[in-house]
Amino acid sequence: MIASLSLILLCQLAGEIAVRAFAWPVPGPVLGMLLLLVLLLLRDRAMLFAQGPLQGGGVENAARGLLAHLSLMFIPAGVGVVQKLDLLAEHGTAIVGVLAISVVITLLVTVATFLIISRVMTRGRSA
Amino acid sequence: MTANPFSLWVYLSQQPLLWLTVTLLVYATADALSLATGRHPFANPVFHSMWIIAVFLLLTGTSYTTYFSGAQFVHFLLGPATVALAMPLYENRKVVAAAIVPMLAALVVGCATAIVSVVLLAKAFGLPQNVVLSLAPKSVTAGVAMGISESLGADASLTAVAVVLTGIMGAIIVTPMMNRMGITDYRARGFAVGLASHGIGTARAFQVDAVAGVFAGIAMSLNALVTSLLVPLAVTLLVR
Repeated sequence: MIASLSLILLCQLAGEIAVRAFAWPVPGPVLGMLLLLVLLLLRDRAMLFAQGPLQGGGVENAARGLLAHLSLMFIPAGVGVVQKLDLLAEHGTAIVGVLAISVVITLLVTVATFLIISRVMTRGRSA
Repeated sequence: MTANPFSLWVYLSQQPLLWLTVTLLVYATADALSLATGRHPFANPVFHSMWIIAVFLLLTGTSYTTYFSGAQFVHFLLGPATVALAMPLYENRKVVAAAIVPMLAALVVGCATAIVSVVLLAKAFGLPQNVVLSLAPKSVTAGVAMGISESLGADASLTAVAVVLTGIMGAIIVTPMMNRMGITDYRARGFAVGLASHGIGTARAFQVDAVAGVFAGIAMSLNALVTSLLVPLAVTLLVR
């Protein structure tokens, strides 16, 4: 468990270091995720990597544990709303309205693009 | 027992222990209620925890800084949880590889829609420029959005609130909306909610369907990347 968590933190750390060192416009944890993915794929190819938390589902279980409570982790940022009450009193309705309309448009456009391209591709393949 | 209850409160209310406990306890209760309603969209655990804790802080006159001294331990986990998304990605790599083209198309179009729609709407509603800028990165996960907001010289704490509100609204609306439209492709449904509503949408997607959760996680990570590139561009074109 501790070794698995350390591996996850190490990936994040490596991601943060690379992002800072090369001034990439990518968040450190996203790079860390790619690194962990590469490690998991390498493990299946080479025995050298199939050790410690990378064997016997160690890191997978730690990751599952973290992802099971993803919602919880947004609460501290969300409670930050208490600092913005005067701004919300003034512009709250407009802000909530803008965000609500934008999220509906984004959901519709994204799901439509995904479905259209996916349908065009399967049709292209069967034709 | 010499300490009176008030001085005990004064002591505890300044300690991280109390606020970490409050955060976990309120969430555990909200999550149990959400489970009891069969994961009803309106029983969203983030939404209910957020307002209950906010009201509690206001009633007790506790500052957000004091609250955050305890809650930061939970907030910190956002980073490792992003790294952990490699696991569902790895376990579903065949499904993901087969859908790579529709995913990339939906990513670019969806990300541009998220940014352009919020900027244009915010301007149309007559919001001040500083607020418009703070809302622009609202569809990506909190840490990333706050970074983008800072680099624009906008209000990062307002961005964090916009991010969480967007996440909650997307998570509440996605299931009824997609069901009504008769969309049964869980890859597309998950991808859309992960893109529009980052981690809160992803958490919702995992509640509904495992494949939806995986695609939501991928959309959330890829969108963090693309949004960091597109927001400065969109802001230059649309706001300044």
